[in-house]
This record gives sequence, structure tokens and C-alpha cells, in this order.
Amino acid sequence: MTVNGTEYTRDVEPRMLLIHFIRDELELTGSHWGCDTSNCGACVLWLDGTPLKSCTALAAMANGRDIRTVEGLERGGELDPVQQGFIACHGLQCGFCTPGMLMTARWLIDHHPHPTEAEIREAISGQICRCTGYENIVRSVRWAAEHPSGAAS
Amino acid sequence: MSTAEPDPPLGYGSMRRKEDTRFIRGQGSFIDDIKLGGMLHGAVLRSPYAHARIQSIDVSAAQAHPRVRAVITGETLATRDLAWMPTLAGDTQAVLATDKVRFQGQEVAFVVADDRYAARDALELIDVEYEPLPTVMDARQALDPDAPVVRDDLGASNHIFDWESGDAARTDEIFAAADVTIAEDLLYPRVHPAPLETCGAIADFDPISGKLTVWSTSQAPHPHRLLYSMVAGVPEHKIRVISPDIGGGFGNKVPLYPGYLCAIVGSMITGRPVKWIEDRSENLMSTSFARDYHMHGEIAATRDGKILAVRVRVLADHGAFNGAAQPTKFPAGFFGVFTGSYDLQAAHCQVTGVYTNKAPGGVAYSCSFRITEAVYLVERMVDMLAFELDADAAELRMQNLLRPDQFPYTCATGWVYDSGDYTSTLQLALDKADYTGLRQEQAAGRERGELMGIGISFFTEAVGAGPRKHMDIMGLGMADGVELRVNPGGTAVLRIAVQTQGQGHETTFAQIVAEELGIPPDRIEVVHGDTDQTPFGLGTYGSRSTPVSGAATAVAARRIRDKARVVAAAMLEVATGDLEWEKGRWYVRGDPDQGRSIAEIALAAHSDLELPAGVEGQLDASCVYNPPNLTYPCGAYVCVVDVDPGTGKVEVRRFVAVDDCGVRINPMIVEGQIHGGLADGIGMALMEVIAYDTQGNCLGGSFMDYLLPTAVECPSWELGETVTPSPHHPIGAKGVGESATVGSPPAVVNAVIDALRPFGVRHADMPLTPAQVWRATQGRPLRTDLAQS
Amino acid sequence: MQVPSHVEYEKAKSVEHALELLTRFGPEARVLAGGHSLIPMMKLRLAQPETLIDINGISGLSRITVADGELRIGALVRHGQLLASAVAAGHFPVLRDAEQVIADPIVRNWGTIGGSLCQADPSEDLSAAFGALRAIAVIQGRDGSRRVPVREFHLGPYETVVAPAELLTELRVPIAGDGSGSAYEKVSRRVGDWSIAAAGAVLTLSSDGTVTEAGIGLAAVGAGHFVSTAAEDFLRGQPATDAVFGQAGQVAAEHCQPAADQRGPVDYKRHLTGELTTRALRRAAIRVRARAGGQTV
Repeated sequence: MTVNGTEYTRDVEPRMLLIHFIRDELELTGSHWGCDTSNCGACVLWLDGTPLKSCTALAAMANGRDIRTVEGLERGGELDPVQQGFIACHGLQCGFCTPGMLMTARWLIDHHPHPTEAEIREAISGQICRCTGYENIVRSVRWAAEHPSGAAS
Repeated sequence: MSTAEPDPPLGYGSMRRKEDTRFIRGQGSFIDDIKLGGMLHGAVLRSPYAHARIQSIDVSAAQAHPRVRAVITGETLATRDLAWMPTLAGDTQAVLATDKVRFQGQEVAFVVADDRYAARDALELIDVEYEPLPTVMDARQALDPDAPVVRDDLGASNHIFDWESGDAARTDEIFAAADVTIAEDLLYPRVHPAPLETCGAIADFDPISGKLTVWSTSQAPHPHRLLYSMVAGVPEHKIRVISPDIGGGFGNKVPLYPGYLCAIVGSMITGRPVKWIEDRSENLMSTSFARDYHMHGEIAATRDGKILAVRVRVLADHGAFNGAAQPTKFPAGFFGVFTGSYDLQAAHCQVTGVYTNKAPGGVAYSCSFRITEAVYLVERMVDMLAFELDADAAELRMQNLLRPDQFPYTCATGWVYDSGDYTSTLQLALDKADYTGLRQEQAAGRERGELMGIGISFFTEAVGAGPRKHMDIMGLGMADGVELRVNPGGTAVLRIAVQTQGQGHETTFAQIVAEELGIPPDRIEVVHGDTDQTPFGLGTYGSRSTPVSGAATAVAARRIRDKARVVAAAMLEVATGDLEWEKGRWYVRGDPDQGRSIAEIALAAHSDLELPAGVEGQLDASCVYNPPNLTYPCGAYVCVVDVDPGTGKVEVRRFVAVDDCGVRINPMIVEGQIHGGLADGIGMALMEVIAYDTQGNCLGGSFMDYLLPTAVECPSWELGETVTPSPHHPIGAKGVGESATVGSPPAVVNAVIDALRPFGVRHADMPLTPAQVWRATQGRPLRTDLAQS
Repeated sequence: MQVPSHVEYEKAKSVEHALELLTRFGPEARVLAGGHSLIPMMKLRLAQPETLIDINGISGLSRITVADGELRIGALVRHGQLLASAVAAGHFPVLRDAEQVIADPIVRNWGTIGGSLCQADPSEDLSAAFGALRAIAVIQGRDGSRRVPVREFHLGPYETVVAPAELLTELRVPIAGDGSGSAYEKVSRRVGDWSIAAAGAVLTLSSDGTVTEAGIGLAAVGAGHFVSTAAEDFLRGQPATDAVFGQAGQVAAEHCQPAADQRGPVDYKRHLTGELTTRALRRAAIRVRARAGGQTV
């Protein structure tokens, strides 16, 4: 499979969960695991351009497909606007849910460049944050939407 | 709303967090991100029964698994005298069960294998024969003479402790003579902090050097080191505890858990590092829960609304082991602050702790050592009084709140509230909410059959434990050390004993130093979470970091400032008395151009500059801060809800929160702390609960059953602030980490109950799920801690 | 964390290939589509299939089309895709209503319609929605396909008529005329949670406002085949008034068999069944009338 633009080939057990493949085999530990039951969203990454809870997919299902994780957000040393937004608006505290939130935020803005507050809340409603009360995550996503080229815009 | 300026302030002010740069890149280092060479993986076998005698454990099939390196049982541990461990509350807890299991999910065996999949597979190969025993799941039946005894290792009863506070006789007198008295049973149900990252550890024991390194999800690395030393028999100086990045704690990561010790023993047996990460069900079913307080509250008042006294009897369910984490002399935590924010003539509480066949714990989830329960009790009772008197809930509070001139105020149970301006804080909240307008809207809506509710809570917190004379954990006084060094080049390193789990210590503590010394925060490194790298201290919980370690930091920085003055005087060849301080430099009084910056002074302090006798070179200082008192933040919250009369579904429309936590170091971070706690309040009031059925099955053992609020249930928080500095804290700051978690649940509950006024509902226990709200309107509210029928 | 037990894995290239694999690996093989029901069960080791047949690579099962007077929804259509489908919502707003409240947006990206039906969870919203719509399930075997009404699809909790060597390939809903409308109402403890109770209503009204046909689907309350035939029988021939809808709700409440759990006690679930049935009927009727007036609501 291709992960953040790099091709990887590994032989793994068919039962290996995608989140473990990404974290343990490829050592991309930005995507986290939080709940077992696809309720928390700490493991959200993109499979073929669509957000997926990777604790609820087998690595084998991603064979030959394209994955993007939080490590693939930064481009050419430039932080993605969603990353900048989360810093500017204090969109994270412990940082554990953050990678999943960032991946959903990027996807949302790609598909809805000007999301309303309600749309942002709906978009992240399958992801739990225990620290922020969501307020500053919502603001961070809006910041990113309002700054499509990052801080320079 | 505070947003960080791009340029960091030279001291206090909203500033972007230094730690964010790694987290937003996915470069945090959480426990499960750490991979050591040769590392093995552990998994815990847990009891399916809540109460059962262990007849036999057969591990032979697991041991024969080709990828298994060790299987550890209670018997293995017993040979090393490790089968039981002390709890922070002075009880003992089984590491791996030997005689019997006492709650569902209790640790029975530990497998060490090459990878986590094999470890999990091997659990299935262990054959345990149990003889199920009758259970005690309802705290209200724990002291019945015929109740099954959970701790037959200790005695013949489920009784743990009795504790009381206040003047019983005086309180009884006031109640007997009062115009109005109200009594109600209130349950603060068992809930769970459920940090998004579960608990885990990596233990690495080096048999040659005898050194044990433990990476663990610990909010209190230094006390944990002492506990490991006591249990594992490794001397303290040979143990290094490292708390890496922690994915939320909320009190869940204060206690020591059997899994950590199993990882240590696993490493000792195999000679290799062993990682253990619990799964979500293990976290919810076996680690430190919160609350489970069965309260019988009473309030006495005059007919015109003057509150006179509060009385409460509590049955505290501590589960199968007394694993509560709180100062030793306070078995009921700081529940004694149930006097709230009001000028009472008397108060009395009596708390009885009992064992049941539930998971151990009780003090967690940002509870400020049970002030959460205390605030809920008094704020519900005040609303019930308003209900009975047909008084306005806001006016009734205004009438009874402490006045500014009463501070410092000694409450009826002896706590000395340091400062506050309660009526201003409440008034600001009411104004922000447009309280009068809301009441008008509510009245109009009721005509149309709409159920809109307005709930108020006013809380007083007591945080920053605490004075060593009164407060210790396992004999360790609750003072914190810091070490601060200004390098020759003018940068600084601050080593602190408290441990961030998301609170932003790396930023806030740098800002304290920046404020005191004028060194830019980005030139100050804050080191924490490593017992080899930091001075001793008790850790981060109970909103104590800023009140205790923050104070220590300010004092150490001031000591450096004083030392810098001596150095500057030598540099400028003037007397120290001739120097004046402005942020970042000492200068000669009357000649401001003649001065030396802190960076210049730092270099000179490391140079050949001759210093006065008795003054050592370099620029460093330390402090062990023993707080003279707790700090008492407060707040006024107004919650507005809409209840669907047909379904009982509650929607939180607005939430106004005015907090007074004294001086705010980084307002952006403070507001973030408050936001998080407000969401906790939505969760606890409306959806979170760990219930059990009569067999002892945990009914909240996954995130499918233990519901946490999402962005959809949370409104956009409306914050405000008043600032009443703490008079005894070096920078006037008070703790804030738990304020909103403590203060918000009663605001939400009061709002829902207010909405149900047309049905004559005076009280219903949390969580106010649609079912509970509907049942309340039917006059038959549910026991929410039991299985529904 | 929880991990599945050992399992073999096969990728099906076509429906025929999937059927061949299912035949070869026998009853201990399970079809893997979105995986959002199956994989969590495997992690809990409540499901321990010997072989997984991954059908995600099969083309042709992911389409939403209209043909021969039927709305056809491929079994591999993702929840999010059905939610976004203007064609589906245009004919049957009940589907959009239901999809809006199923799980969460990320789960909806990958969970499939066929998977949801085949999981046959007693709380599954789509079973109630398709039941109300009197949809037809198309089940493919090696000897050909068969059409089974969704109302006969479920044999009980977690059990369907799909045989071990068969594959659910499509859901078909006969497209009704202008006098029809539909809606879905659900109450859960929190967004993303399963229903405490939910009701779908599909109404066909004559020009004078009489109910000529009704479909009432119920989720999570122990209604046989996820429908309330008693409420449907009651409604036929009645005027489409709020009072009648209220009575129909009572009939639905009386005839369901909810079980108590942490979502609520029996009496509440029964109450909720009535309330939500009534609300769904009202909204469906409003939609019939709006459609007649050329509006969408």
C-alpha cells in the first residue's frame, strides 16, 4: 500500500488491524488507538481519500490502496492550515485525539470549503475529545477554512 | 474568547502552546508509541465474575504457546511477596487474585508474549475454575447483616470507615427550629474519567545494574516510584519512573494499577522490556472510577429564604478495594466543603465507606477530592429550597452568597476560604445569560407547553493540596519542589515535579518564569515527568499544579532575581539597595540607562566576576513549596436546556460560565481547561454512568455503553471571568483544572429539573437520559446505578 | 487492545467468485464488506470466522439506480452514499432521515447497506426503514438469484434468510406514486448511539386524504420483522389526521415487545414507540401534501 506517498510492502497476518499495521509495522505512531469499538475516532486516517476508523479495518483490506495519516499533512515543511489552526486556536490539549480530528478537518474543508459551525460539529461527531469541550476544535477548523493558504493568507 | 497572539508575551497572556508543535505533527510520544529493542507484550486475564472463589488456574496450555515467554499468576507473585500491593488510601489490593476475585474485570493472570496478538490469544488458553459467590452490588445493602463479605481477608463486614465533619448538635438544633426543612436522596452515580488514552506501562529491569525503568501513564511519577520500591523491593534510587506524553488523565492515572506491576515482574522474569497497554474495556471496568456517592441531603432555612444549615449522610461505595486517592487524613476527600458558597450557621456530614463487588477507586474525574459531590449536593439542595419556597433560584442564591467582606471566611466545617467576590461573579453570569429575558421566554413557552429550563450553579472549590501539616498521601507531605537554572547564555531550564496530561505545563510554567525574570518563554525549557530529571513532588491532580508547583516556580524565580541583583550590583559596582527591577533587568535607581539584563547577569554569574562573600556563582535556585492554605476558586454557571415533552430528550441550548480562578497566567489555556470541564458536566448530567446488574456485570464497559459527549451535545460555551487573586499565593493564582467539571453538572441538572417544573418534579438522579427524564415526568424516576427493568 | 483471533482472508473479484469462495470455505466463512459490524465482533471474539471473503473489490454492487419502477441500492453502497443520494431521498425521504442518524459520519463512510441488513441487529435502523418501505432483498446464490421481501428477511436477532453460500446483492424499493410520503424518527441517548426506539412511516394517501396504504417500521423495540402490521391495519382506510396518527402510535406501542436495557425500561420504550410512530406519520403526511404542492420538506 501507499502511505503518505511512500509505497510499503509487508507480509502480515490477515487479522492484523490497519491501525496496528500503521503504528507497529510502519512506525507511524501519529494515528492513535482509543476504544476498540469504533466510537472514539482517535484512529481516523484516510483510505483512498476518505476518512476511516482504522481500528475497524484489516490491514489486508488496504492492500494496494492509498493511505494518508497525520504525518502526511505537512507538505514541503509547511504545516497544513488545519495544523496551524489547531495551534492558533488552542484546538488541542493532551493531543491524543488531535491526529484524527486533523484528518477529518482536512477532509471536511476539502469537500466543504466554508463549513458552518453545525457542519463542523456534525463532521467530528464520531470522534471523542476529553479535553477541549470541542469549542476550540470548532474554532480551529474554522480558522483553517478562513486561511486556505495558512497563516500567510 | 482568548486567542494566542503570534508573538509570545514576556510573561502572562494568551500564548500559543509550546507542546503543540509535536502533537499536531503526530510526533507526541505516548506510552504505546514507545518501542524498545527486544520488547515483549503483556496482557491481563480478568475475572468474568464479580465475586467468586478461585478453585484452580491451569496455565499449561498458555505456557506451551510458541510465542509466549511467561505466564504469571497470583501464586507466582506470592512467592516473591508481590501478590498484594498497598493502595494510596492505605488499603491493600490484589495484584493478581489468589484467593478469590472481588469484582468483574479483576486481574487474575498475566501473559508475556512476543507480540500483542499472541499475548491476547494466550489468554484464551488459561483455564480458571471459579466457584461463584453471592455478590453485593448495591451499596445500600452492603452493611446488611446477611450481606456477602467482600473482604473476608480483612474482617467480617463490608464497612471501611466512618468520618464526620461539622457540629452535629448545633446543626440538629437549627434543623429542629427552622421554618423550612427539605430532605432528599441524591445519587451521584459511578462515572469514569475515561481518558482517551488508556493506562499502560513499559517496564525494563536491568539485572546487572539492578536499575528498573518504568515508563507509565502516571500523573504522579514520584509517589509511584516510592510505591514500586515498596512493592517490588527495588531501592528507590535504582528506580526511574518516566511519564511520557499522557493522553488525558483526569485522576484516572493517579493510582498504581496491577498491570504496571505485572509488567515489572514480567520484565524481571524474562530479562526483557515488557509493554502492557490496557484495552478500553479494561480501563472502564477495572481502573479508578469516580463518585458512587449515595447522599441523603437536608437543608434548613427561614421562610423568607435565609439558608441556615445543611446536613448530609453519605454512603460511599469504594468498590472491592479502597483504592481512592486522596490525602490520608481525609477518607471522604474534601467533601467537607459541602457548605458551598453560602453563609451557614451550621453544617454536619457523616460519611460511611463500604466495600462492594465493584471496581476500586472513587476519587477521580477532576473531582477535586470529592468537592464535585459536595457542590452537586448543596447546589441541588438550594434549588430544591427554591422549589419549595417558590423562590427564584438566582435571587435565593444572591440572598445567601458570602459577601466580599466576609473573606477570609471560615465555613461551618472549618475550611478557610481565601478570597472571592461571589455576588459580582453571579451577577456577571446572570447578565451574560440575560437571565431576566430567559425567565420571560420560559414563562411564555410554558403557555405553549414547551419545556425550557434554566439552571444555575454557584460553586466554591478548594484546590492546591496542600499544607503539609494537614495533607499527605501515604505519609508524603503534599509540597512540591522545583529547580530553576538560568544558563550562561540567558536561557533557562525549569524542572518541575508535576506532570502535564494536556494542561500545557510546558507553556504556562515558562510564562511564570518569564513574568518573574523577563526571559522570553520560548527560551525556557520546562522539564517534567521523569524522576531522574526532576525534584520530588506529588504530581498533577486536584487542580494542584498552579497552586503548588506554580507557586514554587514563582518563588524560585524570585530567588534567582534576588541573586541576580547581587551579581548586577557587583557588575555595576553599586550597592544592591541602589538597584531597581524592571522585567528582565536590574538598573540603577535614578539612572535607568545604567543596568544589566538578566542574560548579561547570567553570563557574568558564570564568569570570573568577583562576588561578595557568601554568594556563590551561577544563577540557579530551588524551592520546595509548602502551601499555607488551599486556594478557593469559584464560579457561577447558567445552563439553558430544552426538553422534548414527548420523548424526554434534553438539548443544551446555552451554557454561560463565569469563573474566578484568581490571576490567569495564560487565559487561552485557562479557557480551554474550562471548556473541557463543561463538556464533562454535559456528559455526567445527561449520559455517563457505570451501572451494574445484580450478578455484578458491568453495564458500562465499552464506549458503546459508556457514552461520552460529542461536539453535537455541547453548545458553544459562553465564558466570562472575574479576578479575585488568592491573597496567599505568590502570584495570586488559584487552580482551575477541575472547576468546570465540579461546577457544571448541577447547572445542567438544575436546568432540566427546572424545565420539568410543570410536572412538579423536584429531583431525579443523573444521568438524565431521555428515559430518566420521561420517568421523572411520570413521578417514577429510575435508580440509575442499577440495571433497568 | 482487543484483536481478532486467527482468520484466513480471501478477496473476491466478482459476485460469482465470492459465491465460489463461500461455497469452498463453507459455513465458517463470513462475508466482509465495510467490516464495521463484523470486525468489532471479531475483536471481542464473539465472532470467530475461519475465513473472511472480502467483497469490497466487487464492482457493480455500489450503485444507486432507478430501473423498472424500482429504486435499486447495491449491497456495497456505503451509508454515506445513500445519505447523499438525491435520487434515494427524492423518492423515499425515510432513507435520508434514517441515514442521518445511523452511527457517525466516519462510520457511514465505510459501513455498507448490505452489511447492516445482514448483521440483523435488533436495533438496526435500516431494517425498520426498508421494512416500512416493503423493500425487496435480492439474494444471489450459485444457482441464481431470489427476491425476498425485507419483511421476511430476518429470522431473528443476528439471523437472516441469507444462506452460507449466498450473497445479498441489492435492495429494491418499488417506487410509489405522488400520493406517498415517508419519514423516520429516532431517539437515542446521544448522537451516534443505537436507537432507544425508532419508527419509520410510509404513507400513501388518496386525493381526499384517506390512508390507502401504510408502512410502519420499528427498530429496537422487538417488533416482529421490524414492522407494526397492527398499526398498518389500523391506518388503512382512516383519514390522515393527527388524531388518527396518535391512535396508530398507540397501536404500535401496544404491539411491540421491547426489552429493558441501559437505554431504557420497557414502559419508556413502549411510550417512545407510540410517540415516534405518531411523529413519523405526521411528518410523512406533511411530505405527501408538500409533494402534491410541489415542495420538498
